Amino acid sequence: MAFHYALSADLGPERREAAHAPPLSSAIEVRGLWKVYSRQKGDALSPGIVENPEALEVLEKDRRAVVAVRDVAFSVEPGETFIVMGLSGSGKSTLIRCLMRLVEPTAGNIAVNGRNVTAMTSQELVRFRRTEVAMVFQHYGLLPHRTVLENASFGLKLRGEEAAARTGKAKEILSRVGLEGWGRSYPASLSGGMRQRVGIARALVMDSPILFMDEPFSGLDPLIRRELQDELIRLQRTLRKTIFFVTHDLSEALRLGDRMAVMRKGSIVQVGSPDDIIADPADDYVARFVQDEREQVARAERRMAERRAG
Amino acid sequence: MFPKALEYHVAPAVNSFIDWLVVEHAVFFDAVSMGILSLLLKVNRFLIWLPWWSVLLAVALLGVYATRRPLAGIFLGLLLFPIGMFGLWPMAMETLSVVITAVFLALILGVPVGVLMAERRGASLVLRPLLDAMQTMPSFVYLIPAMMLFGLGKVPAVLATLIYALPPVIRLTELGLRQVPQAVEEAALAYGATRWQLLREVRIPLAMPSILAGVNQTTMMALAMVVVASMIGARGLGQEVLLAINRIDVGRGFEAGSSVVLLAIVIDRITQNLARRWEPPTR
Repeated sequence: MAFHYALSADLGPERREAAHAPPLSSAIEVRGLWKVYSRQKGDALSPGIVENPEALEVLEKDRRAVVAVRDVAFSVEPGETFIVMGLSGSGKSTLIRCLMRLVEPTAGNIAVNGRNVTAMTSQELVRFRRTEVAMVFQHYGLLPHRTVLENASFGLKLRGEEAAARTGKAKEILSRVGLEGWGRSYPASLSGGMRQRVGIARALVMDSPILFMDEPFSGLDPLIRRELQDELIRLQRTLRKTIFFVTHDLSEALRLGDRMAVMRKGSIVQVGSPDDIIADPADDYVARFVQDEREQVARAERRMAERRAG
Repeated sequence: MFPKALEYHVAPAVNSFIDWLVVEHAVFFDAVSMGILSLLLKVNRFLIWLPWWSVLLAVALLGVYATRRPLAGIFLGLLLFPIGMFGLWPMAMETLSVVITAVFLALILGVPVGVLMAERRGASLVLRPLLDAMQTMPSFVYLIPAMMLFGLGKVPAVLATLIYALPPVIRLTELGLRQVPQAVEEAALAYGATRWQLLREVRIPLAMPSILAGVNQTTMMALAMVVVASMIGARGLGQEVLLAINRIDVGRGFEAGSSVVLLAIVIDRITQNLARRWEPPTR
């Protein structure tokens, strides 16, 4: 069980000095981000390893290290829905966890809302997670011994808000995600789609400017998935949050995303608007990814042309 | 044959260590002894003070609460009736007070140690063999030193019971904490839970059924130990069993023995169902 207690981890002083806050305009700004896992117990990797490509390559070849995130850089604008897409094992889940240091990055800089995440102490990190970001998980991560209402207000409780205020806010959000009257149920009595609605409510109630979503709809059946995607689009119209959304489903990416990044083996191979990526894939990998979509577009164009001709 | 030349004894070292403890640290052990004794006497005095029917009533109500079935609860209460009929009520209360004190101490010591073992792999590695030893070492081996350090009577009985009954609560606390789903812990951390909040709001509540199963085990172990403990002068049902054995009075032995069994059944069913009540709802 390699669970990361990111709270207890502390960065060395040299890294704290090296990290300067990037400009404030972006909601999320990532530069040179690496996450290298060591396969061997107690074989601690120094952040310096990423500056030595030859040594890293040797480690990878000997299967002593796995590079989950490889020199990733991107920025997300405020109010934007940014999609990270890739096959399983491409490092996208590790990446999203690095952004709030649920996984401790090996090297690189992360700034969220102009705050330097990589340099935060554990107390600062706790405050950051309580106020600036909220996350929705693929496997919901709900507390089975708490009611829907208590789950939805869990973040507020951790933040130390009064019970009355918590309940009020959570009730309001629950009705917004279509769970009015379900407050006293337990997660086990809900379907997958409804559980994820609770997960979304728990994130929205925090009223944080940034939302991280890690394959939130991947475990749901297609109809419910679509329903929740529509719901998110509807909510986003009024909320205008910055959403960082991880998925392996291209159609989901196309429906929700303003811009998307395609990941492969830990690297970002292409960033752009969904249309650009479909029209002009950077390499074979991306091309294969978007093939179905290209064929559909081609078919539609053919039909349009036929209709115009006929 | 194991060669005589390789023989080496630790017995003298152990002997002199115990002697040294008795001589040099008598004050410390006396203080511990007094503390436990005063707790035990308070529990005992309270149980003796209670009218017999109120104990039955309390057990029945607790039974109804724990099992959620009125009939089962009433039945549990009535199970204690034969103990009084056999004229063993005061002895049973004496035994119960040893068990309650030992279990109380086992929880106070055991739950934090279990938490420590779940949090720190090193602590788990070191303590696990110790727990094995506590459970497998024949109890008479530590009964004698316990008597030397704490004198005859109830206090060494509580301690011997404690040594025997402590491991399950520690083990099951550790197990319960380790079984908490990683996804739930991660979500709590993502919403800014501190380590303490994670423990209090997520890990302990989710481990609670397992911890209470440990309480159940601990109580059963404690009850099994009281007869043995009566050999160093703890009164109660154990003493009755011992006396009956010495006099080859089979009938009297049966009465005392079945009283222990009835007590065990009642405590077991109540603690087991309490543990079940703590499980997160599945519907």
